[in-house]
Amino acid sequence: MKLRHLLATAALAGLAGGAFAQDDPTTVGFVYVGPIGDGGWTYEHEQGRLAVEEHFGDQVETVYVESVPEGPDAVRVMQQMALNGADLIFTTSFGYMDQTIEVAEQFPDVMFEHATGYKRADNVSTYSARFYEGRAVQGHIAGNLTESNVIGYIGSFPIPEVIRGINSAYIHAKKVNPDVEFKIVWVYTWFDPAKEAEAARTLIDQGADVILQHTDSTAPQAAAAEAGDVYTFGQASDMAEFGPMPRVSSIIDNWAPYYIDRTQAVIDGTWESTDTWDGIGPGMVGIGEISDAVPAEVKAEAEALAESIAAGEYHPFTGPLNKQDGSVWLEEGETADDGTLLGMNFYVEGIEGDIPQ
Amino acid sequence: MFGSIDPSLLVASLMVAATPILLAAIGELVVERAGVLNLGVEGMMITGAVCGFIVAINTGSPYVGFAGAAAGAALLALVFAALTQWLLSNQVATGLALTLFGLGLSSLLGQSYVGMRAPSLPRVDFGVLSEIPFLGRVLFGHDPMVYVSLLIVAGVWAFLRYTRGGLVLRAVGENHAAAHALGYNVVAIRFAAIAFGGACAGLGGAYLSLVRVPQWTEGMTAGAGWIALAIVVFASWRPWRLLLGAYLFGGVTVLQLNLQASGVAIPVEYLSMSPYVVTILVLVVMSAGRAPGSLGKTFHAST
Repeated sequence: MKLRHLLATAALAGLAGGAFAQDDPTTVGFVYVGPIGDGGWTYEHEQGRLAVEEHFGDQVETVYVESVPEGPDAVRVMQQMALNGADLIFTTSFGYMDQTIEVAEQFPDVMFEHATGYKRADNVSTYSARFYEGRAVQGHIAGNLTESNVIGYIGSFPIPEVIRGINSAYIHAKKVNPDVEFKIVWVYTWFDPAKEAEAARTLIDQGADVILQHTDSTAPQAAAAEAGDVYTFGQASDMAEFGPMPRVSSIIDNWAPYYIDRTQAVIDGTWESTDTWDGIGPGMVGIGEISDAVPAEVKAEAEALAESIAAGEYHPFTGPLNKQDGSVWLEEGETADDGTLLGMNFYVEGIEGDIPQ
Repeated sequence: MFGSIDPSLLVASLMVAATPILLAAIGELVVERAGVLNLGVEGMMITGAVCGFIVAINTGSPYVGFAGAAAGAALLALVFAALTQWLLSNQVATGLALTLFGLGLSSLLGQSYVGMRAPSLPRVDFGVLSEIPFLGRVLFGHDPMVYVSLLIVAGVWAFLRYTRGGLVLRAVGENHAAAHALGYNVVAIRFAAIAFGGACAGLGGAYLSLVRVPQWTEGMTAGAGWIALAIVVFASWRPWRLLLGAYLFGGVTVLQLNLQASGVAIPVEYLSMSPYVVTILVLVVMSAGRAPGSLGKTFHAST
């Protein structure tokens, strides 16, 4: 891990060197948790960065550092960026939360934007996408497709964002298929293709015929393709190259409009610390093309579900819902509030196993 | 509780999971027995992964891909050899640089290959043998590279133990000045060992990109090279222990995923750390070995 950091710092020094020379253009920094070629999470953030470059042209310079480990190493990368004159820094992984706050205190004049976290400060905004809305659509399709009634779920870290996704997918799979069972494997990494492939294979060996992933590489897709009759969903990025089978649909993160907005705000001097959490409606979460491997009526239902969520007519967490231990969480017709969702640390009724604490 | 885990599938997949590390580690073992510490295993592995992938895509043959991977990584290893053996640069620093360089080079080379699918490597057909219950799946149901890796381990063991060449290589590793005084060409022997180590690491990397994952993704080795380096030390530089260590690591990795998926009530944190803990514990308990005497030291004929 040390090495990755060395690499990151070296890359930073090289990239930021140019930005340091003149103070005129606004400099926007991006800290990435994986390589930009991961085909998933980091790839989409990189697309957002490229969109910023294209939109603003010479007005804005961007720098990025990829494969920055979560934890103390990230501090040095952010400090370096701030020292080299960045005006706005996007830290694009949950695990940078405390580090972002720490560095933001040291550099009050630099604006920070932390993805998927919940700690803010005067110069730290948070932003995230309501991925669970997309998970609801996935759950609906998965529940219809599975024949073994076993759905495998590759979890990265047991944090609220991932748990929300599991719950949302489970609720909607269960709705269309009461016999459905979720097998959840935690791999404790966002990006490790070999481990993700191994996890997918393990789940397939144990009878899963639909694999949902909350990790960043396309390795589970490849493992499912190899196994044959297994369905998957693209995560963070469309992963269309694995369609129409095994990939039958996807959740696509679209950060570009947000990044452009926030950069504009810094240029205009109107930037304020905010908390943004957008879903399918505003376009931050996209549902990738549902392939022909899905029966037409299921596809139509899934699209209708996505539309009703986008229009605000339906909330994926609508009661009656119980927690795993059987206690009542939401009464009939009640919807979950954002506070509970942001800190979600429990499974809903029906999911087996414990959340690692 | 363990009902849904099929033991034969488990053993079979642990062998697959362990093979990349095993290949990289056996190469590094030879390098270290020759007295050279090459910390660039990760870089050579990922270079092998990308070279193998590119060659396999372009030729349509995974076998040629593996050959390309070995050649590409060996070439990179020769850069290390030239720097450390001719120009007498520090081995630790050069090895680390090799890793950084390999990671960067591989993502450059692989840029247009992201998302493509490699030709698959068929399992070796053993006919009726693979029909034997349990053993058939475990022993006779693999792709050729699993057997190749085992043959390499056996070959390295036999070479180091029974051949004159192996004795010379060990002599160079134990005391390069004495070996030099006896008239052996220390630098040439080390060049050969380093190239062999590179080729093996390349095969290990290509096993990831062509069989285990199988596709090209940047940074896909994700630290496997470092685990291979550690296993060499914990195996106290002995081939069979190294095999044990690699299979143990692969085994516990696969087992813990299986345990999680079947809902065993062991906290996931312990399961996740178990491959590292178990491997270290077993190899430390067994270890009575000693590092080669000249390991990591710079050699020049004048000293």
